[in-house]
Amino acid sequence: MITADYSISKVDQFNRLIQGVFTIDNYVAAFRGIYLTIFVRSLWIALATTVLCILLGYPVAYWIGVKAGKMKNLAMLLVIIPFWSSFLIRTYAMMSLLYRGGVMNQVLLQLNLIQEPLDLLYNPFSVMLGMVYNYLPYMILPLYASTEKLDMSLLEAGQSLGANHLRVFLRITLPLTRPGIMAGSILVFVPAVGEFVVPQLLGGTSSVMVGQLIWNQFQAYTGSWTFGSAASIVVVALVLALVMLFIKYVTKGEAFAI
Amino acid sequence: MRRLWDRVLKSYSFLVLAFLYIPIFSMIVFSFNDSRLTAVWRGFTLRWYVSLMSGSEVWGAFYNTIIVAVLVTLVSIMLGTATALAMSRYRFRGKNAFDAYLYIPIIIPEITEALSLLLLYVWAGVPLGLLTVVLGHLTFAIPFAALVIRSRMVGFDRSVEEAAQSMGANEIQTFFRVTLPIISTGVIAGALLAFTQSYDDFIKTAFTRGPGVNMLPTTIYNLARRGGVSPELNAVATIALSISIVMAILWQKFSTRK
Repeated sequence: MITADYSISKVDQFNRLIQGVFTIDNYVAAFRGIYLTIFVRSLWIALATTVLCILLGYPVAYWIGVKAGKMKNLAMLLVIIPFWSSFLIRTYAMMSLLYRGGVMNQVLLQLNLIQEPLDLLYNPFSVMLGMVYNYLPYMILPLYASTEKLDMSLLEAGQSLGANHLRVFLRITLPLTRPGIMAGSILVFVPAVGEFVVPQLLGGTSSVMVGQLIWNQFQAYTGSWTFGSAASIVVVALVLALVMLFIKYVTKGEAFAI
Repeated sequence: MRRLWDRVLKSYSFLVLAFLYIPIFSMIVFSFNDSRLTAVWRGFTLRWYVSLMSGSEVWGAFYNTIIVAVLVTLVSIMLGTATALAMSRYRFRGKNAFDAYLYIPIIIPEITEALSLLLLYVWAGVPLGLLTVVLGHLTFAIPFAALVIRSRMVGFDRSVEEAAQSMGANEIQTFFRVTLPIISTGVIAGALLAFTQSYDDFIKTAFTRGPGVNMLPTTIYNLARRGGVSPELNAVATIALSISIVMAILWQKFSTRK
């Protein structure tokens, strides 16, 4: 059953639906104007999400792994709970915060910063906010696995030999926590490219992602299964190629622990 | 100076953790709010939960989702344990390929897996329903359960099994009386992971459920998509989230204990 999964369905998309006629029309279509924009946008949003998650999450993972002391278990639980909760519910929670009658608008109104409720939803900003919100735990957990193993004596040695904080961080801490950054990046980037729920519930027409493009092909009666399949094969190929390049040139083939 | 930095790091981490919880809190608080329209507190009420009890649509979906998650959990810990035992004990042809295969769900965007499954079912003529959802969830639940269980088998001392057998226990007795108790925390962790993944899953569920089969995530999605934010939906999502939170707490309990 598991093994039947991939190979058949790739062939199947063409055989079953076009009765054995081979065509690359769907692939050609996937690279036409509007669709190309959607592909590029999805990759771009996924990349931005990954980078923002590293920047936001690294200090937190460092604090939990190295400095939290007695609070470590509680802090870990606070990261694990959203990690274990569904994207859909957390995205809906973000919706309930940002919609016109939501808490965010109420706070801004109370503070007299605005006179009218703002449309905080359905724009590129709300999509990025939702992406970072959802994926952040997926970055913090692998980062924590690396910071927890940090050998503090190495950092102290660096300092006693005269390196300043920045230098210690760049030359010792960062290289030692690299496996966590790599693992976290893959855990965030790969699903983020195909993300559906976040742009669908928080995004407007200006931030359609490839997950929605594929979804629509399979939901509406007007959708084309063959085109949806071609689009999804393109996504997989792009993601696999990028991950392989990443492993080859950035991690230099290092094994990373997930 | 050093103290100051530690404080800044701690405060920053608290802020990021708060960011993870603000939307969730907003959703939970306003599921108890006695007003339909805006996020202005008008007093405590349970009426959204009460109206939920009387509506059968959500309960049916909830029931289906729990049934599926329990089935997925049972099958994946059985097959996951068997896989983990085989992987950690025997060498066999194609073991490396099999090892890599377990990581596929991590490296392929979920929507692609979901549509591959749908195409496979259609190609094979399998009618869509609860069973196809269970099979779909198993494709990710078994690998993850196997990975978790295997990671807990590192350092397993096989001499205790040999001891049991030399004292006259047969293979089955040895497994249930010796092996299983030793790996039990790993199996429990695997079960929690399988349950939560099935319970939380939206994309694969949406693609593999048949028409008219309501699942909790698809119901929540449809309500959010059609009606936007509402106190009833806040209540549904709060109940759904509370189960994930219990799972996360149990997971932390079992994963920190060996």
